Amino acid sequence: MATSAPAWRSPANWFGPEYRNPARRREVRAAFLFLLPNVVGFLVFMVGPLLASLGFSLLDWNLLSAPDMVWLGNYLELFRDAEFWRSLRATFYYLVGSVPLGLVLSLALALALNQRIRGIRFFRTVYFIPVVSSMVAVALMWRWMYNPTSGILNYMLNETFAFLRLPLRAPDWLQSPVWAMPAIILMSVWKGMGYNMVLFLAGLQGIPRHLYEAAEIDGASNQRQFWTITLPLLTPTTFFVLIMSIIGSFQVFEQAYIMTQGGPVRSTVTTVYYIYENGFEWHKMGYASAVAWVLFALILGVTLIQWRTQERWVFYE
Amino acid sequence: MSSGTIAPPATGLPRTRIEAHSGRRRLLWRNVTAYAALSLGSVLMIIPFLWMLSTSLKDDRQAYVFPPIWIPSPVAWNNYLDTWQALPFNLFFLNSAFVSLILTVAQLATCSLGAFAFARLRFPGRERLFVLYLATLMIPFQVIMIPLFVLVKEFGWIDSYWGLTIPLIFSPYGTFLLRQFFKTIPLELEDAAKIDGCSWFRIYWNIMLPLSKPAMATLGIFVFMWSWNNFLWPLLIVSSLEMKTLPLGLAYFLGQYTIYWNLLMVGATIALVPVLVIFFFAQRYFIEGITLTGLKG
Repeated sequence: MATSAPAWRSPANWFGPEYRNPARRREVRAAFLFLLPNVVGFLVFMVGPLLASLGFSLLDWNLLSAPDMVWLGNYLELFRDAEFWRSLRATFYYLVGSVPLGLVLSLALALALNQRIRGIRFFRTVYFIPVVSSMVAVALMWRWMYNPTSGILNYMLNETFAFLRLPLRAPDWLQSPVWAMPAIILMSVWKGMGYNMVLFLAGLQGIPRHLYEAAEIDGASNQRQFWTITLPLLTPTTFFVLIMSIIGSFQVFEQAYIMTQGGPVRSTVTTVYYIYENGFEWHKMGYASAVAWVLFALILGVTLIQWRTQERWVFYE
Repeated sequence: MSSGTIAPPATGLPRTRIEAHSGRRRLLWRNVTAYAALSLGSVLMIIPFLWMLSTSLKDDRQAYVFPPIWIPSPVAWNNYLDTWQALPFNLFFLNSAFVSLILTVAQLATCSLGAFAFARLRFPGRERLFVLYLATLMIPFQVIMIPLFVLVKEFGWIDSYWGLTIPLIFSPYGTFLLRQFFKTIPLELEDAAKIDGCSWFRIYWNIMLPLSKPAMATLGIFVFMWSWNNFLWPLLIVSSLEMKTLPLGLAYFLGQYTIYWNLLMVGATIALVPVLVIFFFAQRYFIEGITLTGLKG
């Protein structure tokens, strides 16, 4: 019986002669079992929803009535939707405000910590506390700090202005359409700085010490050592930090949800906030999916551009 | 080095006393600047937390007094009791702890199993599948959250522990992290076991896992922290008060008690303390974890 069956019927032959060996067959079976929970979850909760969301973006659907196929209608509507453009502008404002500032500050911190000084662990801990903290709790905390009448921030700012005899008044922060986004940016930079600092610190400690010793012998100043050794050799870390920070900024949501609810006058409705509103407040599932895909395309595009241009400035040993 | 002496040999040590002196002064100056900057920075990092703690212990009047005071007097300890009674914070707390623990254990299990297959077992299509995994690291959660919500609704998991945990268990990121670590463990240790005819599961369980404690601890702590602080997904699928996790409870509390900032600060403190305690005890794993993902990713 076994001899009459065609060779391809036997699973042993599915993967070429190599897999005829029983031990190898056991290995493949083991791999299948090891991966089963992971791959099932991966397909059901990641790949499936990803494809589904592309499909949803072609629908007009409020979850209750039957979905309507509108093809590219949602995407066409997007282009005429002033609210969508406004949300993109808010997201880019956040990105441009928070990424460079966060990058420079965390690098400066890492450089300061990279001196051979005592207490490095203490400082590292302090700067890292906001990173592990819950965004909701921290946003709540800062909302109270930013309170124009009873918050500590404006009190300290106004005292400082008065002391320096500057004719300035602290802004109303979250209650002003001009200052709400800067306030969110400031808080987010404060929260995320420690994370990038640790990355930069690891990068700095990976730079071979003998390079500095050689430079020292050649009489290079500290400044020169920074520009010709530290900065170039740190570019792989900088590249990674930059990519991750930009991807993170495209996804900004919680800060705005807790601190401003998108206001005042919708000045802090970011793109993810707009997706949330469309999907879960107005139940426009199709339209929300279309916005999400535009955001995804933007993230992919920006990441790809960075990837392509990295050879111009990233220095790999 | 400004003085005109012959360059010292490759040790890089200053040779003359003048050089040693100026070098030390330069170093001292650099250290003083670094200390000053770092200390000022630390104060700025800590002030918001101190302000939160201070406000959480003020009575309703002191919270709004101008100019603001730092030390509450009298100290309103009862705020903590009042907050705890205003909303079922013990439920929020238990929900957060339960969901985070389940997610941590389940994610460690599935990720380590999958990572073992990717790192150690040969099977057709392994590299292609792994690249696919890596590619999904780029997908923002916001793109899949709408179909995920619809799916969870279809399963009848809205407003349940199932919905809060199951969809978030499977993590390409964790699988990737552990696979990278497993790859660094020398093969020789397993060869003996293989010759003895140990099953693959025994090798995974008795050799790989014990050797991977640091990586597992790192991933576990990250998952726990992430889950404890997670907001967006619970926000989408939880509707009842009893199912809220701490961040959700806090957001709800904000809606109900918008003007009671002293009580709101108590809530924020309650949400922050557990993760901060874990952080202080397991700091090493946090820092290592970030460096691991940052440099090998």
